Amino acid sequence: MADTTASLPGQTSGAMRLVRKLPPTAMIGALILLFWIFTVLTIQFWPLANPLDMVGRRLQPPSAAHWLGTDALGRDVFSRTMHGAVWSIPIAFLVVACAVAVGSVLGALSGFFGGWTDGIIMRLVDVTVAFPPILLAMAVAAMLGPGLTNASVAMVIVWWPIYARLMRAQVLEVKEREHVEAAIAGGAGPLRVLRVHVLPLCWTPTLINATMDFGQVVLLAASLSFIGLGAKPPSPEWGSMISEGATRFYSWWIAFGPGMAILTVVLATSFLGDGLRDVFDRRSS
Amino acid sequence: MNTLLETKDLRIEFPAGDGKWAEALCGVDLSLDPGEVLGIVGESGSGKSIAMMALLQLLPKGARVTGSARFKGKELIGMAPSRIRQLRGKSIGCVFQDPLSAFNSVLRIGDQIAEAITLHDRSISKRAALKEAERLFELVAIPQPAKRVSQYPHEFSGGMRQRAMIAMALANRPELLIADEPTTALDVTVQAQILDLLRDLRKDLGIGLVLITHDLGVVAGLADKIAVMYGGRIVERGTTDDVFYHTAHPYTAGLIGAVPSLDGDGPLQQIDGTPPSIFNRPAGCSFHPRCSYTQPACQAGVPSLMNTGHTDCACHFPLVKPRAEVAE
Amino acid sequence: MLAYILRRLISIPFLLLGVASVSFLLSQMTKGDPLAALVPERQMSNPEIVNAVKAQWGLDEPMPIRYVRYLGNLLQGDMGTSFSTRRPVALDIAERLPATLELVIAAMIIGTAMGLALGLLSARFRGTVIDSLARIFALLGSSLPVFWSGLILLYVLSVRFSIVPGTGRLPPRVDPPPDVTGFYTVDALLAGNFPLFLQALSHLALPAFVLGWAVTGIITRLVRSSLVEGLSLDYARTARAKGAPERVVLVRHALPNAMIPLLTILGFTFAYLITGAVLTEAIFSWPGIGSYAVRAAASLDYPAIGGVTIVGAVAFLLANLVTDIAYAWANPRIKVH
Repeated sequence: MADTTASLPGQTSGAMRLVRKLPPTAMIGALILLFWIFTVLTIQFWPLANPLDMVGRRLQPPSAAHWLGTDALGRDVFSRTMHGAVWSIPIAFLVVACAVAVGSVLGALSGFFGGWTDGIIMRLVDVTVAFPPILLAMAVAAMLGPGLTNASVAMVIVWWPIYARLMRAQVLEVKEREHVEAAIAGGAGPLRVLRVHVLPLCWTPTLINATMDFGQVVLLAASLSFIGLGAKPPSPEWGSMISEGATRFYSWWIAFGPGMAILTVVLATSFLGDGLRDVFDRRSS
Repeated sequence: MNTLLETKDLRIEFPAGDGKWAEALCGVDLSLDPGEVLGIVGESGSGKSIAMMALLQLLPKGARVTGSARFKGKELIGMAPSRIRQLRGKSIGCVFQDPLSAFNSVLRIGDQIAEAITLHDRSISKRAALKEAERLFELVAIPQPAKRVSQYPHEFSGGMRQRAMIAMALANRPELLIADEPTTALDVTVQAQILDLLRDLRKDLGIGLVLITHDLGVVAGLADKIAVMYGGRIVERGTTDDVFYHTAHPYTAGLIGAVPSLDGDGPLQQIDGTPPSIFNRPAGCSFHPRCSYTQPACQAGVPSLMNTGHTDCACHFPLVKPRAEVAE
Repeated sequence: MLAYILRRLISIPFLLLGVASVSFLLSQMTKGDPLAALVPERQMSNPEIVNAVKAQWGLDEPMPIRYVRYLGNLLQGDMGTSFSTRRPVALDIAERLPATLELVIAAMIIGTAMGLALGLLSARFRGTVIDSLARIFALLGSSLPVFWSGLILLYVLSVRFSIVPGTGRLPPRVDPPPDVTGFYTVDALLAGNFPLFLQALSHLALPAFVLGWAVTGIITRLVRSSLVEGLSLDYARTARAKGAPERVVLVRHALPNAMIPLLTILGFTFAYLITGAVLTEAIFSWPGIGSYAVRAAASLDYPAIGGVTIVGAVAFLLANLVTDIAYAWANPRIKVH
């Protein structure tokens, strides 16, 4: 396991070795994700209609001018779908990052110190995961008030326990290794031991899970928007676009694009996550 | 055409990557008459188990089997799956090494035995098959058969499980029983009981038995004849007495040295080194790197089986000195 | 194992307390004024109502007392009054629960059946086109947003081709069967009304399929990997040596072994089912607690959201408990110890 840290993404040679080992489906997943990140970064330069402007007649089916048709306000659905990435991708990224940060810190403390700290944090985890995720997210988002920020907070609250459990299990395992015991015997402070000797060896499962969860967060964010607790119209968020489509039943194309967009992200992350897990599992076994 | 089982030049190859093949079994000739007991002895990797699995087409997918293997005159190699299935468990029964993993842990033992019966005779009801399972338990001396048939494998002790496994293999009165390391996973005392059981069954039922083992001591009291295998080949073959008392191959001699003798004073002898992998066989006689009698010629060519007067032996320099005189 | 279940049973009251506490905290968070979570804006100017609510929930008292009042009200089944229906939330939920249960159970059956069938197919024909197709179909189910696949299928199957009826549990202006279980399909059969049963069934079919499809992915994946592993194990070789054809080895030997891991994830899939049910109900105008929750969330009907959340958590806990017990019961190796 010691060489796991040496080949995590972020170190060029390790990253290259990793890429070469990934199965083709995982490569496809990675390419799809890169495409969406590229879209988010460059969408303002694309020759697309303004997603908020009326650019044609209302509720037009797909045509050469409007690839995915127009919605109830005559806006270009294709342009709105592509712009939707600007909402969904960064938010999912932020939510996963916050959930990983909160969960990992609490999980690491829990696993490393044990005792009271462990008891309290783990009971908090137990209670949080006792709720079905969407209901908890809905309750938190509704109580905080609708809006994308509050929906994001709600999703972090739903997701942190997963990472707390993962990190706790990892820390518990690594803690028992000799080099950690040596460091403690050498008089290093507990936080230093945790930071320098334990945590660097604990990231692999978290990273794999975060990759998988990225798609699920996109899905939940869209679900909350669909319900009306996330992004508000007229923003071209995928979930709220589908919700608009649901009220315009016969104009199926309004919902088609955003649905396909969500699908590609979810598929891509599960492909990539699976591939990463295969590579790391093979190495550790 | 009285022979029960006869193999000629049986070869097994496994894909070794890059379109290459690794030969796991390099041409094996064996024969067994009805009611006879053949012991196949060798270390793991010698090819002894896969040779028997190949007969029943139970090797993993991708293995390539060539040569001939006839069961009562019928060619088994290349036999259609539907026909080989009619032989499996019906004419040829199998007993495996570890009865705990060989039984399905979530099904009752009785049901598993009854299945062996109903698979080959649809006209038998499940109830009648279970009754037959009880009778088979009596045959292999499992106490309280009526209660035992409705238990799960984990409720049996190791020895009882192996008895049940034997009962299952005997369910359809096979003419041939293949027992693959049937005692290896068991305690020493239980081993002796299972061997006694096999001996009794062979006497009572008159079935042919192929006993695969790494332990010459296991076959010594049971087998009529013995084939010693090394590196995918038979290195020595003969009647049990001849193999023990007129040992011609240094490897067999090593194995006999590895048998703990009851009155033995000297330390237990062992053959140094490990058996070769099928992907990396030494040139010439594949035993030469471990052989204490090795000479330069041993690397040159693969020795073929030659009659030494008593046993058939594949060695460039067979041990001429008969062991019988030394022992007595 | 018994000790484990006992431990789980003992932990349940504590978890329930935790769930109630979280709900309490959430209700206190509401825009800084807990009153807003209990009284609709329109009635804020009515002192009678405001005072009655304040007294019942102890709103003028310090936090610990409010907490005790909250728990006391919950224990009596009082989750407040819905802003939009103006009826007790508990009553609303009780009325809608059967619709959701009917949908979730039907989806569970469809999802498990499809998962088993696809898992068996792809294990039997692994490495072939059938394997790939089965896995892609399963993967799509778990990757598609149900509110989207539901919408598209509804459009194609109902609007375009009229293969299935539209939304709701029954056609408009058709009376439901006399209430026994609250499941329209079962009640129609109990009433001996077969045409009504068919109507209820045809309305149930599509939403249950959409929801079941969502869990098919997890189940297929698990079943396939358990089966493929099982086929390589010793017991499969024994079965082949007995003369069992591959189909029998798969179905009679590998499948029972795959059921045990399957049982352990059924509790886990229940979380997906609840999530999916909320969204599926919204698309199919299914009058269950999911669509109730969605409407409550959209209209900021706090008592209703809180109530659904608590009920959902209790259902989730029960599902996990049932899973544990089923697991212990199904696994003979565990049963003895």
